[in-house]
Amino acid sequence: MNGEPILRFEDVTKIYPLPAGDVVALDHVSLTVDAGEFIAVMGPSGSGKSTLLNMMGCLDVPTTGKIYLSGQEISRMGDDDLTRLRRDRIGFVFQQFNLIPLLSAVENVEFPLVLTTGREESRRRAIEVLRMMHLDDALFSHRPGELSGGEQQRVAIARALVNDPDLLLCDEPTGNLDSKTGTAIMDLLAEENREGKTIVMVTHDPNVAAYARRTVQIVDGRLA
Amino acid sequence: MFFSFAVRNLRRHWIRSALSIIGIVIGVVAIASLGIMGNSINLLVANIITDVGDTVVITPHTAIGGTFAGDPRTAVDAAIPAREVEEIRRAVNPHRTIRVLQGADEVEFGRGESGYTQIVGLASDDIPILLELAEGQYPRQNQPGALVGTYLAAEYDIAPGSSLTIGNESIRVAGVLEERGFAADINPDYAIVVPDDWYESHFGTNDAYPMVIVRVGDVEQIDAVKDAIENRINRREDIVDVFDSRDMLRQYEEIYQQITAFLVGIGGISLIVAAVNILNVMYISVTERIREIGVMRSLGALRREVLRMFLYEATILGLIGSIIGGIASAVSGYLISLAAVEVFTAGTTFGENFTVFDQSAVGFIVFGMAFGIGTSIAAGFYPAWIASQLAPVDAMRQK
Repeated sequence: MNGEPILRFEDVTKIYPLPAGDVVALDHVSLTVDAGEFIAVMGPSGSGKSTLLNMMGCLDVPTTGKIYLSGQEISRMGDDDLTRLRRDRIGFVFQQFNLIPLLSAVENVEFPLVLTTGREESRRRAIEVLRMMHLDDALFSHRPGELSGGEQQRVAIARALVNDPDLLLCDEPTGNLDSKTGTAIMDLLAEENREGKTIVMVTHDPNVAAYARRTVQIVDGRLA
Repeated sequence: MFFSFAVRNLRRHWIRSALSIIGIVIGVVAIASLGIMGNSINLLVANIITDVGDTVVITPHTAIGGTFAGDPRTAVDAAIPAREVEEIRRAVNPHRTIRVLQGADEVEFGRGESGYTQIVGLASDDIPILLELAEGQYPRQNQPGALVGTYLAAEYDIAPGSSLTIGNESIRVAGVLEERGFAADINPDYAIVVPDDWYESHFGTNDAYPMVIVRVGDVEQIDAVKDAIENRINRREDIVDVFDSRDMLRQYEEIYQQITAFLVGIGGISLIVAAVNILNVMYISVTERIREIGVMRSLGALRREVLRMFLYEATILGLIGSIIGGIASAVSGYLISLAAVEVFTAGTTFGENFTVFDQSAVGFIVFGMAFGIGTSIAAGFYPAWIASQLAPVDAMRQK
């Protein structure tokens, strides 16, 4: 990695123009995420946590300022290039799990891989990652609707990890789970981080944030 | 990958998919089978019309001139005076001028059967030039004899040698005519042809002729002959209308092409309805899957991949509908055409050996199917485009 951080925000501002007046979601934010970090982003709702996470995940581009992903500037990229970065370099875990209902568990996991890789290789890798998530083999062919919340989130994490991303982004990963299941999921994430995965996680739960090794507070679009 | 997605989604809402397919099937069937039917009528007409390519037909000018022979609006009791006929004869010399007398009278066919029948009077030496015999012989000079059209002969069982009573006058049947079909000049299949002197003594003479036919040996000279007649007779005012059989064929072709276009147009409307249905189905499909689309995009599906997935859906619907429709229209087009041929040729032999499926009938099926697939894709494109342009963040926010 040559000491180059995974992610570098340089004076990033994001303004959403609304009819009632512009909303400043991020206000001159500068931030660095180094390889191997586990960061929790905390803050009240509306503080700009999600906007920050979306920009880290190449889902959105800043109004002003620069963002570098592994040294590559992404703040002025077009949609296709951003999409390819999401596909190859980023893993997402959502609060709502966001599995594709038409696909079985294993098909959901292989989805990001099938976009670029052969079907057999993708399937092999998907099964490998699902087993790492301690999901029962019998559930692989089940549709998301047939799985419990915890099982769905394991599938979702497997999907996020299947392309071996540089950066794993989690948006309230335990927000829709009971505390016992949530703890199991957090243990999985912590395990991934111990093995070297860089993780940025948005949460407002201090118990969840405690798993992270660094916590960033954000209030009104500014880092505190 | 995205193809199997499309298939799965169509299966998930299989009733909706089936209804869209039915819509396309109906549209394709309507286009193709109506096209085939129009085409069959066309072929049949071409089959029936006798191509007398070297004939110029001159009729008295009527208020509605320049249409086609047999246009009911021109059916007025008008005739060309003998003086003008003589002018025509001079104008077209050396081509042969044939004067045609046409009338109708009550005819007794024997065995108590009788009916009102068209009577055509022609000069004895003109008859062999215009008409061919199926059996018997042409009436000789000064020896009255009638020639009977083939359908009339078949209907009343008339053979050469039997005798008919026209009005109150008896006449011997000299021969039966060959089937002639629908021609630009005269149509004797259901008529009786008699020598002009017999005609005039029977109906009386008023020295005028409802139709004059000019036989031009060489097709190349038809226009020159027509010009000669126009210049001579119609110089000051329109006294006669001059057609040649090519004009009439052209006019018939035009009419039947219009019929075909009209029929295909009706089919097209039903296909447009089907297209609106697909648009609707696809639009619903996009709307209810906005979130899913957002997830796929955030996981790295490109815009064009999302676009492709929805286009696959529309294409599959169109393809299935068009294939079923193609098969169905081959069957129904065949049946409709058979029925149409039946109606059009009742009592004649023109329907025999008539093939419904020629190249252009197959062409109509292919056209219908292509149109079905095309409209499906076109209808699917807008919703697919909307889906592909959604920003993933906004799309995922949808509940």
